[in-house]
Amino acid sequence: MKHTISVLVENEFGVLARVSGLFSGRGFNIESLSVAPSLEPNLSRITLVTRGDDRILEQINKQLNKLISTIKVIDFTGEEYVERELALIKVAAEAESRAEALRIVDIFRAKVVDVTPKSYTIEITGASAKIDGLIELLRPMGIKEIVRSGPVVMGRGAKGVAS
Amino acid sequence: MELTGSQILLESLQKEGVDTVFGYPGGAVINIYDDLYDSSIEHILTRHEQGAVHAADGYARCTGKVGVIIATSGPGATNTVTGIATAYMDSIPMVIITGQVPTPLIGNDAFQEADMCGITRPCTKHNFLVKDVRDLARTIKEAFYIARTGRPGPVLIDLPKDVQVAKCKFKYPETVSLRGYKPTYSGNSRQIDKAAKMLLQARRPVLYVGGGINSSSSNAELIKLAEMTQSPVTTTLMAMSGFPQGHPLCLGMLGMHGTFYANMSVTDCDLLIAIGARFDDRVTGRIDSFAQKAKIIHIDIDPTTIKKNVAVDLPIVGDLKDVLGKLCDKLSEQAESLQKLVKNTAKWRETIDEWKQAHPMGYESSDTIIKPQFVIEKVRELTEDNAIISTEVGQHQMWTAQFFQFSQPRTFLTSGGLGTMGFGLPAALGAQVAFPDRQVIDISGDGSFQMNSQELATLVQYKLPVKIVILNNNYLGMVRQWQQMFFDRRYSQTVMELPIDFVKLAEAYGATGLQATEVADVEKVIKQALETPGPVLMEFKISSEENVLPMVPAGKGIHEMVLAS
Repeated sequence: MKHTISVLVENEFGVLARVSGLFSGRGFNIESLSVAPSLEPNLSRITLVTRGDDRILEQINKQLNKLISTIKVIDFTGEEYVERELALIKVAAEAESRAEALRIVDIFRAKVVDVTPKSYTIEITGASAKIDGLIELLRPMGIKEIVRSGPVVMGRGAKGVAS
Repeated sequence: MELTGSQILLESLQKEGVDTVFGYPGGAVINIYDDLYDSSIEHILTRHEQGAVHAADGYARCTGKVGVIIATSGPGATNTVTGIATAYMDSIPMVIITGQVPTPLIGNDAFQEADMCGITRPCTKHNFLVKDVRDLARTIKEAFYIARTGRPGPVLIDLPKDVQVAKCKFKYPETVSLRGYKPTYSGNSRQIDKAAKMLLQARRPVLYVGGGINSSSSNAELIKLAEMTQSPVTTTLMAMSGFPQGHPLCLGMLGMHGTFYANMSVTDCDLLIAIGARFDDRVTGRIDSFAQKAKIIHIDIDPTTIKKNVAVDLPIVGDLKDVLGKLCDKLSEQAESLQKLVKNTAKWRETIDEWKQAHPMGYESSDTIIKPQFVIEKVRELTEDNAIISTEVGQHQMWTAQFFQFSQPRTFLTSGGLGTMGFGLPAALGAQVAFPDRQVIDISGDGSFQMNSQELATLVQYKLPVKIVILNNNYLGMVRQWQQMFFDRRYSQTVMELPIDFVKLAEAYGATGLQATEVADVEKVIKQALETPGPVLMEFKISSEENVLPMVPAGKGIHEMVLAS
């Protein structure tokens, strides 16, 4: 089963290597990973998507917590949360397909952020599944390049995650 | 007053109560060694960095203190890696200080540069690269705190040369504040109540004890728990000295080379209480036939060990001293139920006694060939109860675990998790440094011994009277045994074809060398060695194709043992 996990870590030398090394060393899987500073400047927030059964997820959770640099681990599975991912998609757009591309962009409430006579670069934010959907529709036109940020998530409600 | 980084290091070590370090100098730690020249800290110069790190490990295992080692950058540092991994697998507190190239050169493939934080990340509890001398004292404080608390382990500090030279004001911090590191010491009392209830209802309980019993120094609590509930106790390799092997409730070791009665007890028990143990594959054998009839209670300070390999009915996270103490207290409030438990479990102990009689630990004795088990029994007979025994890895290690009846905590130093050949001699060296007046004996095989035999020089230089027992069968015996049993006796690369003259080797280093080739020599040689001052190497020419039995073949349940005939 797919799990989205947030990890608050000390923003220090080598911390990302500790987290990613833990996954590779123990044979856990990482589907995506994003890292950036959090509310507290000395803490980073890692959002990662992984897969595994309950036993593996319990180990992932415990092993992440065991790292000295880890402050907090939150598995959002079963929680109410907002998920957003950013993607940039460069799609071939010539003659007859230019209008169709724009219609699709419009339907997905995406944006064209760069235009050439032969291509559009499209920016989209949303849940990962929505981005998957847009990509599928654009694919027949010829996608030249995709870059995705991996999802970031935040629990719903008034309460923030305190470290 | 301002101090240099290397002065801060030595001052901080003393604040941590360190009086002895093991190490080897080099370009990137030359400043530290210059300050050591005037320091009251004793430095033991080994002949190889791997020797130094195992020595610090042996020192830590027998004292419970943090072992400290210093090595230079690059090859000096990488030579410590096997020793660090050894300590990590067995949860031994150590602080490893490695020199590093100056900070402006880091990443430039400078001379003798190696990314030690990168290399040791998976085999240390934590590691640090100190880039600013103002962080140094705090880093050392944290390193020692992390190494010795919670589930202990090795911590590496990588110290660039320019940081050793840079100066700042020195004030050693009094407290540590690590937001991400707060081990749970106190066991949840509701869980402990449940454990007491489960134990009181058991008919066939077994206590399965691991190395945590020694690192938490809760040996007395364990004996109390076992005796008040009359529960049989089986110990892992890491816990052989954690519970008196001569105790009537002791079942000896379990697992691949465990006793028949320990393995049968675990297979048939209805309650298994795992105490500071981690269900290693050498213990469980085939996991889906391990303790299938039992409810499992798992007590450990490290939550990651719980439910890692087996499903657990009742987890208790905490320090064993706390949890076992509270469990004993809880049980002693219920005298009547305890009496009933002892009555209810009487039949279980009878069954175990029958197993013990049916297949006791033993071997075929001989008047003509020296049996390794016989040598180990003789060593036990002729040494004091508090003698410290180290081993290398292989058949001799298993025979020592099986036949040396350990009676006191922290007297058995062996590489359990990583299984590091070449561990025993330097570990014995470290133990003898810690306890100059106790008997320290390295039980070794002819293969393992040669992996760190250069440390004979260190023993002689520091007049450390370690006694070395080499059980020489001219084979890499454990691999040979597998080849015999599972590979049709095809002894591929396990014959040590060049016979080494171990007596001359010892003498070349200035130690005493003795040899026994006849059964009648065994006792004489051991006695003579124990009476001879200084380090003594004893070589015993043993039966060459002796096997370690019982043995659970790979992939089998632990009740499916090949037994001694």
